[in-house]
Formats: sequence, structure tokens, C-alpha cells
Amino acid sequence: MENEKTDQDYTLVNELNQDFKYDVSKQPGGENIKYCFACGTCTASCPVRAIDAKYNPRKIIRMCLLGMKERVLASDFIWLCSNCYTCQERCPQDVGITEVMNVLKNMAVREGHLNPTILRQVRQIASKGRLFDVDEFDNARRKKMGLPPLKDGCEEVRRIFELTGADRYVEE
Amino acid sequence: MPYALFLGCTAPIRARNYEISTRLVAKRLGIDLVDVDGFSCCGFPIQAMDDETARLMAARNIMLAEENNLDIVTLCSACTAMLTEVSKQLREQEAYRKEVNKKLESLGRRAKGVATVKHVVRMLYEDIGPARIEKSLTRDLSGLKIASHYGCHYLKPSEVYEGFDNPEDPKTLDEMIGATRAQCLYYEERLQCCGGAVVGIDERLALSMAREKLGHAKEAKADAIVLMCPFCGIMYDANQRKIESNFELELGVPVLYYPQLLGLGLGFTPDQLGFKMNSVKTEALKEKIGSLPPVQAEEPAVKG
Repeated sequence: MENEKTDQDYTLVNELNQDFKYDVSKQPGGENIKYCFACGTCTASCPVRAIDAKYNPRKIIRMCLLGMKERVLASDFIWLCSNCYTCQERCPQDVGITEVMNVLKNMAVREGHLNPTILRQVRQIASKGRLFDVDEFDNARRKKMGLPPLKDGCEEVRRIFELTGADRYVEE
Repeated sequence: MPYALFLGCTAPIRARNYEISTRLVAKRLGIDLVDVDGFSCCGFPIQAMDDETARLMAARNIMLAEENNLDIVTLCSACTAMLTEVSKQLREQEAYRKEVNKKLESLGRRAKGVATVKHVVRMLYEDIGPARIEKSLTRDLSGLKIASHYGCHYLKPSEVYEGFDNPEDPKTLDEMIGATRAQCLYYEERLQCCGGAVVGIDERLALSMAREKLGHAKEAKADAIVLMCPFCGIMYDANQRKIESNFELELGVPVLYYPQLLGLGLGFTPDQLGFKMNSVKTEALKEKIGSLPPVQAEEPAVKG
């Protein structure tokens, strides 16, 4: 049969990780995840969800509470949160959803699932201290407009990456 | 009162019209914006990877402002939220401040926990205020219809802004637009997010988000969208042509940074305010501005 479903299509109880929700709640920003009563205010308010059903904050929180660690952390969808904080502002249970999404991204990174776009941005900032390169052309244009020059490179940012150990994520 | 001007990454490279107009209007209104040597990225783009690293970057920037005895004024809303949140932590949580100071000791920097952070629109609202701005006008913008765009991080997460404005029904930007005598429109989904934070991850999704809002502003017959974050600017202005071609529609909605609009009211020319760097054509808008009258001196209420 062409449309026969496989184990991949189901949630298997023996694959659930009961500790996952406790792990999330131990991270700064994840403390309130267990208060979620699945009302769906987050999903109804979400501007990303309004465009693409792949991103569904209620479902993501539910998956965490059920212990679907691997499926959440290895997913594409946790990276689609636009960080608008609308869900967090409206959540009646103070789940801190935007912050929970960030906790999940940080946990995903530690499991080796750093989104490639974020990795590019992070590498750029770690080496130059800022999101965009500053070249002579930029500073010439700024000078022409009477704006002060920008500096490229920031050794202290690099040092901060070393101090937190985040430098291990950016090594080429 | 002097402030450290925190430019962030995006404004000085991709939204110099925002930077130049901010510097002009601040100077005209007597606000001293100081360039502090050594500011880096605020930390926000790092937060998705490692929250601790992001916060330490924010803390280091705050320390630089404190070394210069200055509070911070920001242009970018993401920088505003990141720096405001960490400045509040450093101010209110002694244990956190100690931990940060220990961690960054080897950089030779220390947080005192005194510097505050304000977005430039909030600073103008609180330090100058709509009433004084209206008194400073030399050009009457009452012929313009403006769609305000608050974006997200100017007011959210609300707990870090301690009661400034209401993210569910905000008024400060509308009042500041009103202070230029332009008409501020109440339009559909005016509080919607621009999608900028996910443009690198899923471009079509982000452009779809921006397209919705531009469509609503056009339906409301806005002469321009006025906003205050360089990332929102990229989404609505720099990406507007791409949105038009991807979705096969015509928009042509000019996008101004709030200081550009305010600058018009203060009598600066579009050239001085960096209109040449706006991506969406502003010709029709400039024509309209050219025909607007100067502000008439108020007649005394009682003569004689």
C-alpha cells in the first residue's frame, strides 16, 4: 500500500523522555512550562502560525510535556518563532512561551542541531563583533554623510565566547 | 541630558537614513547623543544559540556606557529589548550582577547596575514630549496620512518596560506622529510583526508576513508607514519590491523612520533626512510635502 504509515508517523510511548519537561523547566526562561493547560491562546495569536501551520506553539509545548525530546529538538519548526512575544504577553498561565522557544533552541544547539542560518550569523558576530561587515566603502559613505566611522572587529566579544564555551559552536 | 547612542549592527550599515535623521532631530531638540567607542552587537542574534553569551554581550555594552557615565539610547527595537532586560537584571539582581562581574573580570570591566536604556522614540516621548514637539514645528504635516508600525520589541516583553505604554493598544508612537500634525491611521492588524527575525530562516514565510501589513496600509490609503526599527525597515522598505514580484502585486507604500517624519515637521529637507536611501520611491510623498504650508504662528487667544 502506498500510503501505509510507519512508526515514524506515530508517537511511540517507549520513545518518550519523561525527564524532558523537567530539563526544560530547569533552564532560565523555561521554569513555567508545566503550567500550560493547552488553551491555545498562543497559537491563535501567533503571526507565524497565521501564515504557516508548520509552526504551532501550543503543539510544541504539548510535545515537550509529553516528552518528545528528539522530535522537538531536531525539528525545523522551533527555529520559526519570530520572537514577537505576542503569545507570551497573552498566556493566561505565564508559560513564557517566547522564552521557552529560546530555551528549546539553546538545548537543540547543545544536542548538535544548530540552524545553519543562525550558525552563519553567530560566526560573523563572534569574529567581527557585529552582524554586518564594515568595509572601507561603508566608512567612506558614512564619512561623506558626516557620520562617524565604524570599527570592524571586537576582541572582547571573542573573549566572551571563550569564557562561556560558546566558541565550540563556531569553530569551522 | 546626554545619552550614549547605541547604533547596533543594522542601522549604521543598512538604515543610515534612520541614523542621520535621528542625529539631526536630536541636535535640533537639544539632546546630546554621544558616540561611545567599543560598542558591539547587542547580543540579541546570539540568544538563539546561547542565552548566557548573549546576555554577557549585552552586559559588556552596558558597562561601556556606565564607564562614560551615560544612559543608553537605542535605534533598533531588538537591541532595546535585549539591553533593557539585561540592564534591569544588573540593576535589580545583585547576585546576577556579581556573577556577571566575576565572569567579565578578565576583560577589566565592571557593571555598576546604574545605566538605563531607552528606545529613541521613547526618549523623545518622555524627555521632549508631544506638546513641546508640536511647538517646535515649522512645517505643517496635517495633509499626510500615516500608518504607524510599532513592531514587537519596542514594548515587548512588557515586564521589562515596567508599564511604559500598552502593547495590546499602544499609543506613544501614534501620539508622536500626531505631534507632527500628520493624521495617524487606525488600520487592520496594525500591531502585526514584520517577520524580520525569520527572514534568514524561511524567506517566503517572512515576506508573507510583511506583505499582509503592507497590503493593509495600502488599503487604508496611507501616504507612508512610519516605523522605528531598522529590521522592520528592511522588511517593509528594502524588501518591498521583492514582495511585489514574488506575490505579483503592486504596493508602492513609502516607509519612513519616525525621525524622518519628525524631521520634516522641524523643517529639514528630505535630502537632509536621508530620503535618497529609502528604497520605495518617495516622489509622490515629497511632492505632497513640498506643497504643505509652513506652520502659522499662533494668534493670541485674546487680542489687545
